[in-house]
Amino acid sequence: MEAEQLEVLNFISQYAPFDELPEEKLKEIALNTEVAYYRADSMILNNGDIIKDLYMIRSGVVEVYLRKGDKGELYNRLDTGAVFGQKGLLMNNKVRMPAKAIEDTLVYCIPDPLFKTLCDEFDHFADFMEWQDGTQLRNAISTRAEGNDLTTVKARKLLTREPVSLPPDASIQTAANLMAEENVTSVIVVRNPEDIEDEDTDILLGILTDRDLCIRVLANGIDTQTPVSEVMSADVVSLDYNAYVFEAMMMMLRYNLHHLPILKDKKPVGVIGMTDIVRYESQNSLLLVNSIYTCHTKEELASLSHQVKDCFVRMVDEDANAHMVGTAMSVIGRSFKQRLAELAEEELGAAPVPYCLVAMGSMARDEQLIVTDQDNALILDDSYDEALHGDYFKRFADFVCDGLNACGYAYCSGDIMCSNPKWRMTRAQWEACFAQWIDAPNPETLLNSSIFFDIDGVYGRLKWAEQLRGFVVRRARRNNRFLACMAHNAINRTPPLGFFKDFVMEKDGRHRNSINLKRRGTAPLADLVRVHALAVGSTARNSFERLDDIIAAGILPKGRAQDLRDAMELIYTVRIRHQALDIEQGEEPDNSVEPENMSDFERRNLKAAFQILSNAQSFIKFRYQRSHS
Amino acid sequence: MISLLRAEPRSDSLLDTSSTPDWPALFAELKQTAKDSRLQRFYQTPPAAGNTPVSQIEFVALDFETTGLNPEKDEIISIGLVPFSQQRIHCRGSAHWIVNPKRPLNEESVVIHGITHSDVEEAPDLLVILDQVLAALAGKIVVVHYKQIERQFMDKALQSRLGEGILFPVVDTLDIEAAVQRRACQGWLNRLKGKKPGSVRLGRARERYGLPAYQPHHALTDALATAELLQAQLAWHYSPDTPISEIWQ
Repeated sequence: MEAEQLEVLNFISQYAPFDELPEEKLKEIALNTEVAYYRADSMILNNGDIIKDLYMIRSGVVEVYLRKGDKGELYNRLDTGAVFGQKGLLMNNKVRMPAKAIEDTLVYCIPDPLFKTLCDEFDHFADFMEWQDGTQLRNAISTRAEGNDLTTVKARKLLTREPVSLPPDASIQTAANLMAEENVTSVIVVRNPEDIEDEDTDILLGILTDRDLCIRVLANGIDTQTPVSEVMSADVVSLDYNAYVFEAMMMMLRYNLHHLPILKDKKPVGVIGMTDIVRYESQNSLLLVNSIYTCHTKEELASLSHQVKDCFVRMVDEDANAHMVGTAMSVIGRSFKQRLAELAEEELGAAPVPYCLVAMGSMARDEQLIVTDQDNALILDDSYDEALHGDYFKRFADFVCDGLNACGYAYCSGDIMCSNPKWRMTRAQWEACFAQWIDAPNPETLLNSSIFFDIDGVYGRLKWAEQLRGFVVRRARRNNRFLACMAHNAINRTPPLGFFKDFVMEKDGRHRNSINLKRRGTAPLADLVRVHALAVGSTARNSFERLDDIIAAGILPKGRAQDLRDAMELIYTVRIRHQALDIEQGEEPDNSVEPENMSDFERRNLKAAFQILSNAQSFIKFRYQRSHS
Repeated sequence: MISLLRAEPRSDSLLDTSSTPDWPALFAELKQTAKDSRLQRFYQTPPAAGNTPVSQIEFVALDFETTGLNPEKDEIISIGLVPFSQQRIHCRGSAHWIVNPKRPLNEESVVIHGITHSDVEEAPDLLVILDQVLAALAGKIVVVHYKQIERQFMDKALQSRLGEGILFPVVDTLDIEAAVQRRACQGWLNRLKGKKPGSVRLGRARERYGLPAYQPHHALTDALATAELLQAQLAWHYSPDTPISEIWQ
């Protein structure tokens, strides 16, 4: 006569990884579970003991240590629903991490043979049990990512055929014939192979569309034997094949394009048409960007700002991943900035010398979320003369910064804005300034470096921003002392130990009832990634893209960079979801989350993510040491 | 003044078990006097000797749901039991039966235990499953929360069916808790502060040991809850070497 203990069954089936097991297995587990009580301050597992069960906390609190007894380093603090002992079971049934009840604790013990059977039969169960190496987190993320095609599809997936191309000396007639044969509405013009000098030579020279044939050729009565190079659109806007469909949409909207060539390492691999995109168009962020460019006054722009939140919430509802949301919010932020710059020029007249309005920080990294202030600066042409042009750029800067503030991008509390005369410099001055920050770092300039070195052109001479970034990368890469200082700076903000009941555990054992996911999570991660990126000479702006370069350079132990990527995705995802929740509940969104508002999924995986961040911080200390020679 | 400050003298043992019989000896006697073969078999396996440490005792937590609280009039409708030791509770050996009380259920009790008329109509008589129940209890120390219910109802049920009753050793977690509460309120300072003993109901007692709240009034769940409570009480108030004779009745 066997009877299931319903309390045991019900409890087990609520918690991962058991919650995904079939009913029959759960019954088998409930039937074979043993229960044990430990009073507060008593050891449950001693180092080196034989372990025969997987332990699951039914009630109470357990601390797990890295080494012997309660003198070992605290590894984790666990409460209801958490499991421990799995490592010992997987390693010759010897206790590897001692465990102690720190409150009165009731545990369910699942016998080893059953544990091993579950690991064999269910991959997710086995993966969960190996969570210390990050496997669990990766699984959680990939499982989430599967469901949402729309926002994670890369632009290259829309390519259905090879590009139809011509050399520049082909005639317009040939182009028209080719388009008719291939049934396409555009051809791309590519450099003759013999003219390609090295891998830096642009292969794509231009694009010719059916519309060009009509307007530029027929309407002007141009001879159809004329080479296509004379009527094509040069200065083609193109996109890297790693870009998302979403970015393609943004770009086509911004430049009013109907055809967008996709490049892989300079080589065209296809052309995306507006019609390919329309099927994917669902986010109102597209409409919002479009509306931004049709505004004619600051006030009109400001009235659009509330739509940013709606757009954000909608993307979250559509399960967009962190990179997507960050990119979309950054594109929207950039659009506001660009439009404000255009309006400023309309009001103040054309600029007396060329300039570049740049974004810094999260916007430059394409990692902007909903709660953000403005970080920007101006790069001015070297011919800039304070006496002659100073007033224009002061008014220009005030116009842009005030406008941004009105549009919901609050003034930067650190005054890192182009309205601050300190951050309006000529190209030569910026280079000298950055050179000094790199060669003779002090605490203030290190902090500045972590903001200014993520730089992206927004309006004007965009190339200047890129060149300045290249300058920083070249100079920083060979300066070990600077990298060591940056590394040191990157570990100032540590992640909390984990979540425990309704509060957050700090390393020193204290607790708080909320945690700032930006300050304690994504910001230190971005700092860390920036240091590695500088060390490998990566010019990427986005942290995820920087991680790709870091992986390619192979400077981190195998799997670590992937772990960092997962941790970053997870923390961003939680941050994003909680901001969306705040907005939906009519509250002012912020970067803090309270553990009691977290799902079981989030709590468990944030713990793992913080652990990864913490490990990475320990590593970076040793990777970049000041040379004393 | 000195004498006032001195702690109240304590008896070593929480419970007074001086009137508890020598169970193994009593079983040997009962084996001879029992007439029913099932009872004879039950008494054949004596419980552990009184000096056996609690850490080596095989316990079995037992709980009944009944039609009411009066053993003279009311009947058992369900039985739950869970074998356990001081170290581990073994869900594997859990058992649960619904039995036919052969009398109408009153509405109030249906509300409490959730067992309905149709549930009991198809259920067997206690006599049909008696062998299984006695086999699960044989040789073990029965653990209950409020011994009057399980002891008296079992005794009455067998008397009316077999013409003879049953005796078995029990550990009563309610008695232990009451003793713990009484002791906690002893001393002139506590009396001065008017400290009152806490509730000894199963749920309240469990709370004090950090044990989780369970859905009450299911015989199997209550048996598990009682087993966990005894584990907790042993962990807090007794050494593993305590002889069973200090807590059995």
